[in-house]
Amino acid sequence: MRKTAFWLAGVTALAFVAQPALAADTIKIGFVSTFSGPTAAIGNDMRNSFELALDHLGRKMDGKPVEVIYEDDGQKPDVGKQKTEKLIQSDKVDFIVGYIWSNVLLASLKTAVDSKTFLISANAGPSQLAGELCSPYVFSTSWQNDQTPQAMGLYMNQKGVKSVFLIGPNYAAGKDMLAGVKSTFKGEVKGEEYTVWPSQLDFSAELTKAKNSGAQSIFVFYPGAAGVQFLNQYAQAGIKAQIPLYTAFTIDELSLPLQKDNALGVPGAQQWVNDLPNDENKKFVADYRKKYPGLRPTFYGAQSYDAANLINSAVVAVKSDLTKKDAMKAEMEKANFKSVRGPYKYGNNHIPIQNFYLQDVVKDSEGQLALKTVATIVKDAQDGFAGKCPMK
Amino acid sequence: MKLSFNARNVVVVLVIAGLLLLPVYSALSGKVFVLTLFTRIIIFALAAASLNLIMGYGGMMSFGHAAYLGIGGYAVGILAHEGIGSGFIQWPVALITSALFALVIGSLSLRTRGVYFIMITLAFAQMAYYVASGLSRYGGDDGLTIYKRSDFGGLINLSDRVQFYYVCLACLLGGVYLIWRIVNSRFGMVVQGVRSNEQRMQAIGFPAYRYRLVCFVISGTICGLAGALLANNTDFVSPAVMYWTRSGDLMVMVIFGGMGSLFGPVIGAIAFLLLEEFLSQFTEYWALIMGPLLLLIVLFARGGIMGILGRFSRG
Amino acid sequence: MLVVVEQCLNGLQFGLLLFLLAAGLTLVFGIMDFVNLAHGSLYMMGAYFAATFVAWTGSFVLGVVLALGATLLLGILLESVALRHLYGRDHLDQVLATFGLILFFNDLVRLVWGPAGLALPLPSWLTVPVQILPGVYYPAYRLSIIIVALAVAAMLYFVVMRTRIGMLIRAGASNREMIGALGINIKLLFTLVFGLGAALAGLAGLMQAPILTVQIGMGENILILAFVIIVIGGIGSIRGAFMAAIFVGMIDTLGRAFLPDLLRKVLSSTAASTAAPALSSMLIYLLMAIILVVRPEGLFPAAKR
Repeated sequence: MRKTAFWLAGVTALAFVAQPALAADTIKIGFVSTFSGPTAAIGNDMRNSFELALDHLGRKMDGKPVEVIYEDDGQKPDVGKQKTEKLIQSDKVDFIVGYIWSNVLLASLKTAVDSKTFLISANAGPSQLAGELCSPYVFSTSWQNDQTPQAMGLYMNQKGVKSVFLIGPNYAAGKDMLAGVKSTFKGEVKGEEYTVWPSQLDFSAELTKAKNSGAQSIFVFYPGAAGVQFLNQYAQAGIKAQIPLYTAFTIDELSLPLQKDNALGVPGAQQWVNDLPNDENKKFVADYRKKYPGLRPTFYGAQSYDAANLINSAVVAVKSDLTKKDAMKAEMEKANFKSVRGPYKYGNNHIPIQNFYLQDVVKDSEGQLALKTVATIVKDAQDGFAGKCPMK
Repeated sequence: MKLSFNARNVVVVLVIAGLLLLPVYSALSGKVFVLTLFTRIIIFALAAASLNLIMGYGGMMSFGHAAYLGIGGYAVGILAHEGIGSGFIQWPVALITSALFALVIGSLSLRTRGVYFIMITLAFAQMAYYVASGLSRYGGDDGLTIYKRSDFGGLINLSDRVQFYYVCLACLLGGVYLIWRIVNSRFGMVVQGVRSNEQRMQAIGFPAYRYRLVCFVISGTICGLAGALLANNTDFVSPAVMYWTRSGDLMVMVIFGGMGSLFGPVIGAIAFLLLEEFLSQFTEYWALIMGPLLLLIVLFARGGIMGILGRFSRG
Repeated sequence: MLVVVEQCLNGLQFGLLLFLLAAGLTLVFGIMDFVNLAHGSLYMMGAYFAATFVAWTGSFVLGVVLALGATLLLGILLESVALRHLYGRDHLDQVLATFGLILFFNDLVRLVWGPAGLALPLPSWLTVPVQILPGVYYPAYRLSIIIVALAVAAMLYFVVMRTRIGMLIRAGASNREMIGALGINIKLLFTLVFGLGAALAGLAGLMQAPILTVQIGMGENILILAFVIIVIGGIGSIRGAFMAAIFVGMIDTLGRAFLPDLLRKVLSSTAASTAAPALSSMLIYLLMAIILVVRPEGLFPAAKR
């Protein structure tokens, strides 16, 4: 007991010595994403966009230099959790950003919330985050998993689709996505298949079932490389000519160069498309293509770009006094920055209330495959879990 | 045991002393993360030490040892999820389920030899992995967040970093001591005898199968304890801890440190995880260095780090 | 009924692909007694080489031939520089060393080709579905995998059972020391066998590339399946690997195809949908465990050791 007392005294003494000045000298941001393995391209795009956002901010927030520490979660929940711990305890970051995967985010959430570090999810949006696990310290610049497929379901109603066969991976986001379509789609669900994630790569068994189910359409959710595989197999099996495909997060600027013509004419729903006509977006897309030749930004990148600007708005509002957590929270709740998707609002659960667009794959003026906004499916959509969030 | 003054023992004593004093360093330097990092290392060291018992001394190369990490972890996680927070219930349940699992798979697996044994233990671990992925009530593939660490009344508070660190260290030192006692007991001698010549031991009249099975169960139980600790450390348990690559990591730690030496796996775990942490900070392409390093260790440093130290002190 | 036929074809195709990977593994394992975890890396390299060469030459067939040659050379290089020194060592040493090679190759590929993966587009004559039975269409490319793999299996059978090299290979699988003692140039034989195994792995990798894309780490999950196959079939036995591969391919595909519907009869729909993928991936391991408990040396043991 005496030993503990001794250490406690030591720690307290240190705390006094190391008392931080009120205004921070540098703004420290931790960035957790996937930089290795098959989905590293997504992490790279997020990092590229975040870096570009910092360039646009002059690499300073409220005049203070910004330091970003990137950590690789390897797409594994336990590793992501460990990296989050490291960033918070060892690097003592002021903000933590990133998180592609719902399961990685769910594993890391407690660490961030317990330490009262602001966490900005630049992609993952599991239903728990919007509902019972919502927290004052957690914001999203993306969406709740159900929202995008819900928009897709609405679009399928508009198109008069009568029946659908659903296929998705068996993890948090996959289940949310399929539940999302089911909640808005008015036709009949002919079947529902979950595949092993992320190891299952051959979807021949599922495609055969879909083909023989008699469904009028197929809906899938396969992010990253799995989306390439699914689309290739869908086209090779000759089903493309028979049953139209509707997607969420399956075709993006990263997968398109690999999916090639197989993706032509396959619609998807998204809250951001590279050709949205607002000025902020034009600048983002143009400068991205200038800074990273040969690459195009994805929605993952757009969300990361927004995350940087969201943080900037909070830092500016408190004049770099990062101890004023309440004031920062209040500022971020206003979403008072120029988002590349156009203006949006925050719900009580810190999930955006925003528009969803229909995107299609077309050949652009340069003869390259590109994503194009076709229509606005729904305006100012809010997720269905906000009511379950205890934060009022 | 006669302690002789050689490089190997010096290193072991230094490592133990270092581990004991680490929280002081952490408190004085304000580097909280060192403690978090080493808590994890110590837990993996315990798992590696338990694997060493069957692999190094018993000649049973289990490629499914990570299964116990998951079973111990899920015992804690599931009980916590169902509202049973007491460590006095959680931990014994973790140990007992691990032991039972080891008993079942051991009794089947030990009928095979060599590579077939490696593969059948892998098969059982993969089955455990998929069972856990199918537990949709407990998060399935996504894993289960543990909101409260095991509760030991007023005795110890596992949420306190320093206390938890010492609990883990005590488990590690206790586990290694237990393994040392086992290895040097009559029972341990028989197991080692079976490794080098099963027929002879059988002929002398030892029921080799039963000795090996008991050893297998003890090892699994110790690893189950490591699993319970790991779940408490990460506040989280997911099927990923049981995946075959994790079993591979444990094997690497054991071989890296020196198979069949008491402290080898501990040194191996420290070296492996520190190297991983250090190299991954130094370069994103850390595996480009780590990979060939493993190859070189196998080619030129038989017996792992302990082997090098042993040669050094003889030299 | 037609659905069952189609799903069986899917299973057969998957099994035959697994056979290509397992054949090389079982040869190397059976003859050199060498556990090569890096076999999956050779599979990955085959796919990356093919994607690169097809893009360079503009011809699918030419690119594939070049890629096969490149994987063969890589295998021979790997064997003579590093792996040769691991023969006769403990299995664990081999596991550790080749685990290191997996790490190395994954990062090497990331450094050279970038993290995004590559595409291996098919020539148009392979992308059309073919009518195989009235009302049953099957992707031409999957059909061509079945044909190529069957041809390779027949060729392997011929080489192993009817040629002098094959005789040596069989002799090596049943008694390594003896063929050395008979004055056979065992070093050369080993290098050849390893090269052959590498080329087979490369072939498997590049053939599945148009279906599954080319990406880092693609060899790891499938490698474990290949190990399961050679263990079920009996180490060193090509015939065993063939039977086990088809068995595993069928079980995996049919399990995924029909298990969810079966489960739905007993469980609630959502519970069944989530439990089924886990259960069907478990089937293969269950199968292996049962086979090993009943026959501890696999179905077709190559030799008593």
